[in-house]
Amino acid sequence: MTSTSVEAPPTPVTPEPQKPRSPRSVTAGTIVKYALAIFFLLVVLMPAYVLIVTSFKSGSEIGVTGQWNLPKEWTFSSWAKAWDALQPAFLRTFQLAIPVALISSLIGAANGFVLSRWRFPGADVVFTLILFGMFIPYQAVMIPLREIVTTVGIPPGIPTLVFVHCIYGIPICTLIFRNYYATTVPEELIEAGRVDGAGLLRTFWSIILPISIPGFVVTIIWQFTSAWNDYLFAIFLSNTRNGPITIALNALAGAQSPDYAASMAGALITSLPTLLVYILLGRWFIGGLMAGSVKS
Amino acid sequence: MRRMRHWGPGLLLLSPSLILLAVFVYGLIAWTMKVSVSDEHTARGSEGFVGLQNYIDLFTNDINGRFTHSLKNLLIFTVVFLGGAMLLGLLWAFILERGVRGEGFFRTIYLFPMAVSFVASGVVWRWLMNPGKDANAGGINAVFTGLHLDFLQNTWWTNADWGMAAMAMPAVWQLSGYVMALFLAGFRGIPKELREAAAVDGASTYRLYRNVIFPQLTPVALSALIIIGHMSMKMFDLIMSVSGAQWLTEVPAVYVWQALLTSDYSKAAAISVILLLLVAVVIVPYLIYTNRAEKNR
Repeated sequence: MTSTSVEAPPTPVTPEPQKPRSPRSVTAGTIVKYALAIFFLLVVLMPAYVLIVTSFKSGSEIGVTGQWNLPKEWTFSSWAKAWDALQPAFLRTFQLAIPVALISSLIGAANGFVLSRWRFPGADVVFTLILFGMFIPYQAVMIPLREIVTTVGIPPGIPTLVFVHCIYGIPICTLIFRNYYATTVPEELIEAGRVDGAGLLRTFWSIILPISIPGFVVTIIWQFTSAWNDYLFAIFLSNTRNGPITIALNALAGAQSPDYAASMAGALITSLPTLLVYILLGRWFIGGLMAGSVKS
Repeated sequence: MRRMRHWGPGLLLLSPSLILLAVFVYGLIAWTMKVSVSDEHTARGSEGFVGLQNYIDLFTNDINGRFTHSLKNLLIFTVVFLGGAMLLGLLWAFILERGVRGEGFFRTIYLFPMAVSFVASGVVWRWLMNPGKDANAGGINAVFTGLHLDFLQNTWWTNADWGMAAMAMPAVWQLSGYVMALFLAGFRGIPKELREAAAVDGASTYRLYRNVIFPQLTPVALSALIIIGHMSMKMFDLIMSVSGAQWLTEVPAVYVWQALLTSDYSKAAAISVILLLLVAVVIVPYLIYTNRAEKNR
């Protein structure tokens, strides 16, 4: 795997004299490189431009002509309209995403710790079975899930969603912490605890948890973002009166002839918390993304 | 007994999660499978066992071939989504890997759509993919007419044959940055000595990438393919947000929702199980493969 190319051409005995690189070809390559980088930058930003520009137009300025132009008159009226429509759901979504982030991170830390240290027989199989849970299409559990939730009597809306997000967040959080502990916590630390007579729970609580902050940052961000952005569980298990913001946004923007200015202001309001997290804590955000690809 | 004392506490800490997952993943999947072989086609329900009839009906007896139509849609969507995200992701990673001033800035922007929900981005993409043309051109079509590239105007996802290819554009926009991040991590993971050795051998830049670097990226590419591929099969939010639940853009994940709205539980369950199998065919070998790869390290 690590060997270099086998079929490399026979190298000339005398190394080619180092030709001074022609400045023109270097410039051409560099220009192409930067041109492509900037072109794609603009393409990626284009929807963001549309969102921002349109959200500051008034409903009456939304027409076929001048769609891409800056607003003739910058106004917050569409933002106000969107905020009125989304505000209750916006607050509810914090009540959803924050508990989900904290609870599933704690569960993930406990599981990850056990799976990174205790090699009981069949540990690999158990771990694989856990991981499979994060890839399933949730439709495959949704029909009975709806029945259970109503039978068990968990209050509909946010409490139900907290419950299901915590359960289906176990695999990814377990994975992130297992990889974190496997790579960063030295065996000696746990050994030292064991010599001192600390049991597993004590070791976990007083030695491992305090050094788990980086892992927690990753899982909290990940779970917060997934719960905030979720639409699938939300549509199956809640409604516009008790559901999170994705449901409210869809109701605002999904009408037959939507008010695009208000919809786009609403889309921005919906995205602000997760975008803020991404901008402020980007490094850890990416950590969660990478964990999604299973390998440590 | 000593073994019990050794593993006991660990298992105890693990057991609540294991029980929850056993019930809520595997138990509920079994329950769904049971519904899929019964004839609960109305809200009143019925527990009669019909074997694989619901599955057979989906493929042979669905009105207007609705299920096969949704599979066709899913196939087009997946091909475009996978192809687009892999190509752009690799290209972006390649550009940044070659050294670009302000690399961090480019990376941050390329990746930012990942932080946005499909529901929110669906709002703007519905506007961008406005099917109006010429005098009525809006969104991207208006850009084309503005640039006098009128022939590029498109009806986007409203096209009956290839609309799903357009539907994949927002998904590509949203996840190419993720693929890029995976590839960048792959590039970083290649030992420096390997590049130096190739340079000493006098390998050209082309040969360096062709024979040394790209082969090293195969595992990363596989991960990206699997992750994007399984996301594609489950795609629901984006389609609901851009077009709503309608025939033109229906995929199995949306069909499940539609079948539930009409209380056709058995049909919804059968589609869910097929969806699960599609995902499992991709994911299970991958999980086994990564498990092995990890052991061999």
